[in-house]
Amino acid sequence: MHKANTSQFTTSAANLRPGARFAWIGQGFLGALVLIVLYIIVSNAIKAPTFFVQIVIGGLQLGFVYAMIALGYTMVYGIVKLINFAHGDVFMVGAFVSYFAVSYFNLHLWPAAVFPGLPHSVVIVIGSLTVILLSMIVCTLLAITIERVAYKPLRNAPRIAALITAIGVSFFLEYFGALSFVFSSRFIPYTAPFDTLTWYISNGIHLVTTGVKVPPHSITFSSILVIIMIAAILVQLFLQYLVRRTKIGIAMRATSYDKQAARLMGINVDQIISFTFAVGAAFAGLGGVLYAIAYASIWTQLGILPGLKAFVAAVVGGIGSIPGAFVGALIMGQAEALTMGYISTPMRDAVAFTILIIVLLVKPTGIFGEPEQEKA
Amino acid sequence: MEISSLFISIIKILGILAYIYGLLWVLGRPKLWMKIAGVVVAFGVVQAFLSIQLGNNNQILNTFDRGLLFQACAISMVALGLNLIYGFNGQFSLGQWGFYGIGAYTGADITFRWINGDSTGLVVVGLGVILEALLIYGVNQFLKRYRGMPVLSAFTLYLLGTVVVWFVADKIGIALNPAIIPLLGTSDKLGVLATGAPMQVVFFLAVILAGAFAAEVSFLFGLPVLTLGSDYFGIATLGFTIVANVLLVNTDTILPFPEMRGGRGMLGIPQMTTWFWAFFFLLFVIIVMRNLLQSSSGRAIMSVREDETAAKAMGIDVANNKLMAFVIGSFFAGIGGAVYAHYIGFLSPATFTFLAGFNPLIIVVFGGLGSMTGTIAASFGWIFFLEGLLRVILDSIGTEAANWRFVLYPVALLVLMLVRPQGLLGTVEWGFLKAKKVLVRAQPEPPASTVVVNQSTGD
Repeated sequence: MHKANTSQFTTSAANLRPGARFAWIGQGFLGALVLIVLYIIVSNAIKAPTFFVQIVIGGLQLGFVYAMIALGYTMVYGIVKLINFAHGDVFMVGAFVSYFAVSYFNLHLWPAAVFPGLPHSVVIVIGSLTVILLSMIVCTLLAITIERVAYKPLRNAPRIAALITAIGVSFFLEYFGALSFVFSSRFIPYTAPFDTLTWYISNGIHLVTTGVKVPPHSITFSSILVIIMIAAILVQLFLQYLVRRTKIGIAMRATSYDKQAARLMGINVDQIISFTFAVGAAFAGLGGVLYAIAYASIWTQLGILPGLKAFVAAVVGGIGSIPGAFVGALIMGQAEALTMGYISTPMRDAVAFTILIIVLLVKPTGIFGEPEQEKA
Repeated sequence: MEISSLFISIIKILGILAYIYGLLWVLGRPKLWMKIAGVVVAFGVVQAFLSIQLGNNNQILNTFDRGLLFQACAISMVALGLNLIYGFNGQFSLGQWGFYGIGAYTGADITFRWINGDSTGLVVVGLGVILEALLIYGVNQFLKRYRGMPVLSAFTLYLLGTVVVWFVADKIGIALNPAIIPLLGTSDKLGVLATGAPMQVVFFLAVILAGAFAAEVSFLFGLPVLTLGSDYFGIATLGFTIVANVLLVNTDTILPFPEMRGGRGMLGIPQMTTWFWAFFFLLFVIIVMRNLLQSSSGRAIMSVREDETAAKAMGIDVANNKLMAFVIGSFFAGIGGAVYAHYIGFLSPATFTFLAGFNPLIIVVFGGLGSMTGTIAASFGWIFFLEGLLRVILDSIGTEAANWRFVLYPVALLVLMLVRPQGLLGTVEWGFLKAKKVLVRAQPEPPASTVVVNQSTGD
């Protein structure tokens, strides 16, 4: 009797969700989509392998820039659960600060002015590092100001109110920057503090110099790609160290886990949140300078789309996770580059959001994300 | 900048606000004939202001004001839709502007093709929308039988069905075209159906179909996306606006619509929006939304905003209600878009960038989340104050000053969010929109002897 009862119970539970056995429709749809994309990529890669490698290199460059922005998004979201829309505009300000420092004040040449005997390469290295440092400092100060003025009063308000404020701050930076006495709304050609070198691979690696003809079907890459990769990896390692090993990193993790409990443990939560904003903004500033050097043209709305895509990358990798943001950004860069190369250039913005929707539907916590605890 | 024109602008803003109050008051009268008479008077007043000449060829509301008025009507439909989605249902959406753009282009394409001797616009969109509605109904019935189907599977079914439906509609539309063309005439000499009253009917159909098309797009988009969390939903809808804009820029390359001319903008849309139509559609949206919100469906929508878990416990289908609010909100946006397109006569994708897409959000936040009155007043106030008055003031200061408008919007938004996060009007409603007191059925006072609480009589 008892046995019969349980079997009846299980069948009725299955009858409650009879549609569950149709999961294959959606899975088949996704599978077909993935197969089509793979087919396009592989068939094109076989047809023109050097073009494919060139696209992948372009994607790496984009991906590492996104990684530097995405780290700031993921840290801030991990701690205050706020999509910091203004982060992309902090990135833009970083690019503009370096532009003014280089074009107007020749800051990258200061060692030559102070120590006239220095060799040119040393001057350029020290000068460029100064410019980058200046951008990072300005971005940090800007982010701390934004946090104090716009986000701190809303710490206990509904999350969407803070999100709207973030959108307001983002707009303010864009349109204030577009005024003619600030940055002006035009596209501005960017003067890099150092000349980028380009190499091509064809029977070994050769430097591209004026007068040398690059053979067709050879892969080219530039020094800025190498610099961006090294910088992004260093930033990644630094943040891993900061979050895992230092005292302030432990405080950040505690704040992210439970603000009230962290406060009870004697952690100055407000200071930790400001610090998180500052670290994220510093690396956004670094990313801004490198982005401007790599793409050689800046304007005031430069930060919006990279910022959004970096946020998408952070979500894809698992929001709150630093390696996740890194991996997500690389995926995003490749997806965008491949879309530009093989499908159509205008759809480059569409692919990021498509990936976002698919990833959130399949694995809502992202690739590296941990399942979120329900909090009241 | 003369002080008199400043004064007149302020008078106009106050007049518009008084007008909205009067309109809502009149609609709130108890008898039907009073409402109808009031609406006719309200319509007539503005019509008179627009048409009566004052001395040297001047109306009380001149061409510039007329433009502002139509824009305000269109934008308040969009903002009302967003308020339904965000204010009443609590789903933070940034996709409203994309649906506005879709509605504008759809409506414009229908009438544009119609006056250029091509019936496929109206027939294909009309058939497609009807068939799609049938498809959604049919698949929904199927899904009701097989409850618990994963969202992705349901979405795949809808998507495959949609492809088939629009293919069929396209083929039928092209097959029917030769039969209708003689009645349309050419663009030089319009035929019977492309002039006079039939054209007005076509315009009406175009606006409604534009709304329905936007609603069906929003259904397909919202089905998978509404299952995401609140901020992720916001980002995904922002992505929708960006993608929609990319598609509008490439209508002649990626999409097969050469007459929309891609990024150069669509020219030659018949300017058919008159005050009658703008007023009619605004009233339509207000009445539909008010009646929806005061029905049990509306209360279900609002309960989802308050607490999803509690709503679920009360037996409310949360996913369904979110989808319903999203679809109806997008329907309003599509109508607003079509009305705007037929007023302005020229559509450019630059109007529908996602940066401009924050405007309805700002309006809704200003007016008050969950206040229809606030949204309507804020839309009219926004257009007449910021586009009208502020532009006039700033232009007179200097050329650079006009750009300050865009600096002032976010500052105003910031200050408002910090000082009064519930919006200027909060949840205050006027006249017609004020919720009726819910009548609790009068129960007879129970006799004193039975009021012994929880005395179990069983066992």
